Amino acid sequence: MGNEGRALRDAFGDEILALGKENPDIYVIDGDVGKSCKTLDFAAACPRQHLNVGIAEQNACGMAAGIATTGKIPFVSTYAAFGSMRMLEQIRQEICYPKLNVKIACSHGGLTPANDGASHQCIEDMGILRTLPNMTIVMGADYYATRALVRESVNYPGPVYLRFTRDPIPIVYDETIKLTIGKANIIKEGNDIAIIANGDTVNIAQKAAEKLEKSGASVQLVDMHTVKPIDRDVVLDAVHRIGKIITVEDHNIFNGLGSAVCEIAAEEGMGKVVRIGVQDQFGQSAPYETLLELNGITVEKIVEAYSKLNNK
Amino acid sequence: MHQEKKFIQELEQQAIVLRKTALTMIYQAQSGHPGGSLSSADIITALYFHEMNIEPANPGWEDRDRFILSKGHVCPILYSALALRGYFGMEHLSTLRKYGSILQGHPDMKKCPGIDISTGSLGQGLSCGVGMAVVGKRDNKNYCVFTLVGDGECNEGQIWEAAQSAAKYELDNLVLFVDNNRLQNDGPCEDIMPTRDLREKFAAFGFETYRINGHDMSEIIETLDKVRNNKDGKPKAIVCDTVKGRGVSFMENVVAWHGIAPNDQEYEQAVKEIEGGLK
Repeated sequence: MGNEGRALRDAFGDEILALGKENPDIYVIDGDVGKSCKTLDFAAACPRQHLNVGIAEQNACGMAAGIATTGKIPFVSTYAAFGSMRMLEQIRQEICYPKLNVKIACSHGGLTPANDGASHQCIEDMGILRTLPNMTIVMGADYYATRALVRESVNYPGPVYLRFTRDPIPIVYDETIKLTIGKANIIKEGNDIAIIANGDTVNIAQKAAEKLEKSGASVQLVDMHTVKPIDRDVVLDAVHRIGKIITVEDHNIFNGLGSAVCEIAAEEGMGKVVRIGVQDQFGQSAPYETLLELNGITVEKIVEAYSKLNNK
Repeated sequence: MHQEKKFIQELEQQAIVLRKTALTMIYQAQSGHPGGSLSSADIITALYFHEMNIEPANPGWEDRDRFILSKGHVCPILYSALALRGYFGMEHLSTLRKYGSILQGHPDMKKCPGIDISTGSLGQGLSCGVGMAVVGKRDNKNYCVFTLVGDGECNEGQIWEAAQSAAKYELDNLVLFVDNNRLQNDGPCEDIMPTRDLREKFAAFGFETYRINGHDMSEIIETLDKVRNNKDGKPKAIVCDTVKGRGVSFMENVVAWHGIAPNDQEYEQAVKEIEGGLK
């Protein structure tokens, strides 16, 4: 992958800058990682809408709640590990419980802060936040999808967790992409297997789908950019009509996209699901591609999963 | 001077009504936190019956003064003030902590009119106040944001994160009351986690600070007059020396009365003592 593609944090930086210029009610609260989270341009262009509260995420979150009560739309910007865990209880008490219009915008989600090691990678965030009532969880598949979803989140009242990657990932869409929070994007329709992916694994799933199609399989490829509320209709269709599902995510296989899909399949008593994702293990400092390989988040493993499902 | 005295006496009278109302709520619910409700009664009275610029008929009025009960467990005293100011009918008071009530065990802004932010988990309210005050400054609003925290609550690190940011953003529209009653859930603050001098601590964090008797209505009002008009770019901290359970002799300074309800006999005696005013 290398330098090909663009990082999702850059999409956030570019879109929040545009939004801030258009709408004086948009606020950004940084926790001393504005440089890494790409909010410096926003800070320069919209100083009256920007706050940097230092290395104090819990306070950033509480301040955002207070700001939201005045009708503003605050984005708390930090790393996924801190945004989902250091300030978890603040999100629960002050944002989700009163259902305030606060957006938690986090870079460094998943394995992409690869050389930073396990402390800065974040494989737990979406699962943890999925258990909070009133929370919405979103991750775009590429630069363009992320820009579209950041913009969408402004018109989606209530708490939204937006997850970005640090390192560049390949482009899947183009600037015309339109996405709706809570509604999956079906990239390709098919009948033999449904591959449901999100975030930085959509491009991997896409390559796997191409490979499978070449070998004669009809693949339904779904970008489930919103993990919660999950697009139930799209999963139900996959369960009932196709019956075989592979989920792909840059997240622990527990409690994220794969689990959400399994919950529906189990309730229906139908469908076979293979979850591809982080194998309930911490990461380490290594190239992103190596970390993906260590967890089997690869084109080859997706193709292999399809054969396994067929032989079951 | 005579007028002045009369007005203080009226507020003291109002504090008696608040104490009695809050204790009655806890008695009827057989659940709640009397100790801190009574220690903060005079501060709440001064705010809701004198200081705050509010419109109970329009609780969401954007220019209103805000109040954040960061120590959310003492909400019976706040609910009493809100009901007596007309935010909701007095008939709700007997529903405290009951199924379907607008008066949850800890304040819920989506259920109860007049609650400016939901609280209950300690240490978080001041941050919310900082957020409200920042917007007030940036939008050139005249409102003040009042926050009440406990001394025990100041164990929480987030209080000090919030304090740093209040000073950084020069929030002279933010007023922090510390209900300095020297007791926390498990025992005296001195034993559980010594707070040391909270006034000095907030001063070191860049606050304009005061230390007053939190049961002396004249002193509370005088201090509020000072802080409201002092636009010196500093957030204000008023450390109020108080007595947990104040107004009911057998509850005063007794750790056990942090979070239990009185029985019939205790309630009867407590009401009698409250009606006699603070001794």
